[in-house]
Amino acid sequence: MTFPEETNTVPAVEMQDIVLRFPGVLANDHVNFTLYPGEIHALLGENGAGKSTLMNVLTGLYKPQSGEIRIHGKKVSFNSPRDAIANGIGMVHQHFMLVENQTVTENILIGLDTPRFALNLKKYDQEISNLAEQFGIHIDPTAKIWQLSVGEQQRVEILKILYRGANILIMDEPTAVLAPQEADELIETLKGMAAQGKSIAFISHKLTEVKQVADKLTVLRRGRVTAERVNLQDFTRESLASLMVGREVIFNLHKCEQTAGREVLRLEDISALNNKNLPALRNVDLALHEGEILGIAGVAGNGQSELVEVITGLRPCTGRIWLEGKDIANKPPSFSINQGLAHIPEDRIGVGSAPNLSLTSNIIMKRYDQQPVSQKWQLDYVAADELADGLKTEYDIQAPSVQTQARKLSGGNLQKLILARELSSTPRMVVAMQPTRGLDVGAIESVQQMLLNQREQGCAILLVSEDLDELLSLSDRIAVMYEGQIVGVLGSEDFYITQIGLMMTGTLPEELPEKAQAEEDLTEGNYSSFDEVLDNLHNYEESSQAKRPAEIEPSSESAEPIEEIPQPEPPAPPEDLPLNLTEKERVLRKVLGENYKQGDEE
Amino acid sequence: MNWIEIFRSGISTGTVLLIAAIGEILTERAGIQNLGVEGMMLVGAMAGFKVAFSTGNVWLGLLAAIAAGGLLSLAHALVTIHFQADQTVSGLSLTFLGTGLALVLGDGLTGQTGPVIPRASIPLLSQIPYLGQIAFADHNLLVYFGYLLLPIVTYFINKTRPGLHLRAVGENPAAADTLGVNIYRTRYLYTFIGGCFAGLAGAAISVAIAPGWYSNLTVNGQGWIAVALVIFAHWNPWRAALGGYLFGILRRFTLDLQGPRILFGLANPFFYNTNLVFFLQMTPYILTIIALIWGSSAARKKRIGAPAALGTPYQRGERGL
Repeated sequence: MTFPEETNTVPAVEMQDIVLRFPGVLANDHVNFTLYPGEIHALLGENGAGKSTLMNVLTGLYKPQSGEIRIHGKKVSFNSPRDAIANGIGMVHQHFMLVENQTVTENILIGLDTPRFALNLKKYDQEISNLAEQFGIHIDPTAKIWQLSVGEQQRVEILKILYRGANILIMDEPTAVLAPQEADELIETLKGMAAQGKSIAFISHKLTEVKQVADKLTVLRRGRVTAERVNLQDFTRESLASLMVGREVIFNLHKCEQTAGREVLRLEDISALNNKNLPALRNVDLALHEGEILGIAGVAGNGQSELVEVITGLRPCTGRIWLEGKDIANKPPSFSINQGLAHIPEDRIGVGSAPNLSLTSNIIMKRYDQQPVSQKWQLDYVAADELADGLKTEYDIQAPSVQTQARKLSGGNLQKLILARELSSTPRMVVAMQPTRGLDVGAIESVQQMLLNQREQGCAILLVSEDLDELLSLSDRIAVMYEGQIVGVLGSEDFYITQIGLMMTGTLPEELPEKAQAEEDLTEGNYSSFDEVLDNLHNYEESSQAKRPAEIEPSSESAEPIEEIPQPEPPAPPEDLPLNLTEKERVLRKVLGENYKQGDEE
Repeated sequence: MNWIEIFRSGISTGTVLLIAAIGEILTERAGIQNLGVEGMMLVGAMAGFKVAFSTGNVWLGLLAAIAAGGLLSLAHALVTIHFQADQTVSGLSLTFLGTGLALVLGDGLTGQTGPVIPRASIPLLSQIPYLGQIAFADHNLLVYFGYLLLPIVTYFINKTRPGLHLRAVGENPAAADTLGVNIYRTRYLYTFIGGCFAGLAGAAISVAIAPGWYSNLTVNGQGWIAVALVIFAHWNPWRAALGGYLFGILRRFTLDLQGPRILFGLANPFFYNTNLVFFLQMTPYILTIIALIWGSSAARKKRIGAPAALGTPYQRGERGL
């Protein structure tokens, strides 16, 4: 689907010398961007490089200080999103702009001039069905948004734009929230729309996906264009990455060989309940040593969050947790912090930082009561700012100043801020949950390297992640969790992706297939996420029918949003269910998305 | 005890709560919480009575009440929408401001009698046994206005384009903004409308249900009941109406309980023991809350709750980096 660039074709979008300044930051520095009809044009760059900002200029949300925008050759100036919509420009935002308790149709009709007064939803439901069909999108227009999966919600966003007659679509990191199958479906839809003459700007920082979807490419770095309208074929993954980051990216991290030292953390017979008062952890035993990274693998919602919360003192439990010889179970977090525990939480904004406070305040949160910040009964803010300034440079946090509010940071910089606070206290033990999720290539690399540096310094690290690549490349050992139990702990010589995948669905290590077969399976594909592994497993299980007795009730399911969809109860009582139905259900749901229906697995 | 009279009076006093609560529902559905209902009602009651008294025209009084409530609410709108101040603090100050204004401007009105809203019976409907007498006979016109208001407002919120925009602004203003809905204008409008309804509710007391001006005893905390009703009614006009009528009925019932010396063949404890009367006076408040909590558990299952953006100011383009 290469687009012939004839000289007489008028570009759908021409942005020239766009300059946009935010207080303290030059977000777009003389940026050019051109998009032709019928083409998919990728806009690549790290978080905070100015991609989304540039597209927000195009949708009229921000007004540039200087620069020119031409749509189909006509010079325009947008004062509000309404002007952009009138010119046929629509954007699918990274965070969906949907009203949760309204139906699909209602969401699409917001802001339109027709219907004038009475809504008459039936008529519009039909119109939207027809439109969806035209572009091969499957959706129920009468469903409420909260009932839909993330992939379906995204389709609503796309429909919203198409319904407004847009021929220029901007997709802001559309696949970040999707399961692989949903992402493939989306890419097909986008290609179909391009074939019907729509122009699509595709913002991303995933290199592989950009190669899969786009015709042309523009790369931004720190507000400047580093490559404009280049052909994707001319680039390798590595050369694209260095354009984005501005230097060579080491995809193979520097991890030195070292043997683990003495024991730092020991969990003895730990059990805990989740927020719904159902058992989330069952008799967990685990040990961690100096200079070792222990990875925790598992499908989301199998007790990983609870495990982290129990260790960091945020959740009550039964059993004992020894950290450096002291029992920290059910002790306040400050107790374990004083024992040298650092916590990198999953939720950076809600738990990891205080978004409305400054960088300085966030940095001193764990040491406000220590020299030099604490001066008897008052805080020395000069010393605090100095400390924060030092860490800001050391950890390369990009922000106008240490007085900036933490919520104004991009995801990667916020994570660096949290790491700066946690790691600068020279911890004995680090608990990190999803430390790189949602970050861009450059930030992922530096976060991972920081963890490895801690390991070299003899720190014990518990790494919970859903990114299998990350676990495999960083961990010395991997423990697999399923339904609140540790199914098994694998040493680095046993890292086979299919085995880990099977254990994630509850297969005990001794029931695993022979290693030779596992290795064979491994060569079939190059997996980078759990979803892909699970997808593969789904096929695998169908053929082998390897099952294990279900000792766990199906009610202890995860808290995935899809669970909230009211569904008929399974007809049979739990003991009559097919053996591991619940796990299979979960896998199927994840793999098939909304195509999954109860009963399909038979 | 005259049951019909208890229900009749419950419906007519409940109308005050109904009107105030519907106004507050409209405001809160747009994402603005206005705790100043009590103040706006007092100003409305005062303005309504004063204008009706001095001009002799009760309809002019109603208009004045609506305008007074609406004007006062604009102060809240300016402070919370434009200057993005805390809505709770602003709402509370609005109560003090409204109370003070009403007391100063209403000086000398106490004890006067002015014109009242005319009463009417609805033909045919008032012939229904019991129900006709309770709901459709010899009520002031504002009670019937309340009946009409309910379906109209429900339809407006759920089935019309402006209603769709109202809900979108209260639930997810950022989404509405990207689609070209003017957030500030919508929020100003519905804060103003909520104030108008509160003013009207105030006048419903002073020129219709309990005519006269008795300083801040005129409204006597009903503005707060209306705010509570909105929360317990889960922002649903029908539930708010139900709660309002129930509250009115209970209040009259507890009042009537204190009257007779003999109750159900026994000596009436409330007649002889004044301490018990205090507890009796609490019961309408307590029972209303219990009834509405009970009713709202069903609503929770259907995911009807507070508008998601309630109480949060909207500002475009938060993140700069």
